[in-house]
Amino acid sequence: MIAAIFFYLFAGTVTAAAVMVIAAKNPVHSVLFLILAFVNAAGLFVLLGAEFLAMILIIVYVGAVLVLFLFVVMMLDVDFAQLRQGFLQYLPIGAFIGIIVLIELLLVVFTWSIGPHVQDAITAPIPSLASMPNTEALGHVLYTRYIYFFQAAGIVLLVAMVGAIVLTLHHKPSIKRQSISDQIARTRRTAIEIVKVRSGQGL
Amino acid sequence: MIIGLGHYLTVAAILFTIGIFGIFLNRKNVIIILMSVELILLAVNVNLVAFSAFLGDLVGQVYALLVLTVAAAEAAIGLSILVAFYRNRGSIAVEDINLMKG
Repeated sequence: MIAAIFFYLFAGTVTAAAVMVIAAKNPVHSVLFLILAFVNAAGLFVLLGAEFLAMILIIVYVGAVLVLFLFVVMMLDVDFAQLRQGFLQYLPIGAFIGIIVLIELLLVVFTWSIGPHVQDAITAPIPSLASMPNTEALGHVLYTRYIYFFQAAGIVLLVAMVGAIVLTLHHKPSIKRQSISDQIARTRRTAIEIVKVRSGQGL
Repeated sequence: MIIGLGHYLTVAAILFTIGIFGIFLNRKNVIIILMSVELILLAVNVNLVAFSAFLGDLVGQVYALLVLTVAAAEAAIGLSILVAFYRNRGSIAVEDINLMKG
């Protein structure tokens, strides 16, 4: 009963927050509603027994990715009111396609059934919570059987990091920068000059 | 009142639809489009974790973890492309992205 109440609480909030993400006038509000949606989705994950993914969702997603969104939204000096023009113009076609997709998905959701041989095909059964917590069980599977996928995920993140740095790093030519090799390569001969100054004449 | 797999799948379906709806509704604003893509990926993750929990197979959660990784990478790259584009053109409106005449 408690679980049902929390399910409807989390599900209702995640849905309402998702609606506000796409309907909010200010993109900063959109990002904040997206944070709310992700936190409530983490609550749904906890209800499903996937605590590790729930914590990852909060720490990595809310803590890193959505804060990155917030920084970018606040950094770009864009007239967002102008970007919202045509909002009502796209509403009918968007609603039409959205309703079609929703009907299709709900038809799938309410008519499918689990096949008879699915239980035989399970590769990594979830151990009981008393014997092993979710994080440990996930680690046992992820670091043994799916180690190559784990490494591939690391490579994806590395490539993304390098790509993001390469895309956004740029050198303005007008700014003076420190060049350590030039500084070290200076010799006494190039740095100072001895000038004989006659008294009373100056240079 | 038992919460079954169907409940979670319904939530995921609604989230997915809101994501697609958001892409159509905010055709001019790339940032909202990226956020809608995040919503769609969240719906996919809810689906994967729900199936994983109700079928008793941990692999679904491993897969959700990989989807999460790729989604984070996609967000980082997308936002940095956005910043680089804004630096060059001074605008992020989608209809201005027509350098390649596509």
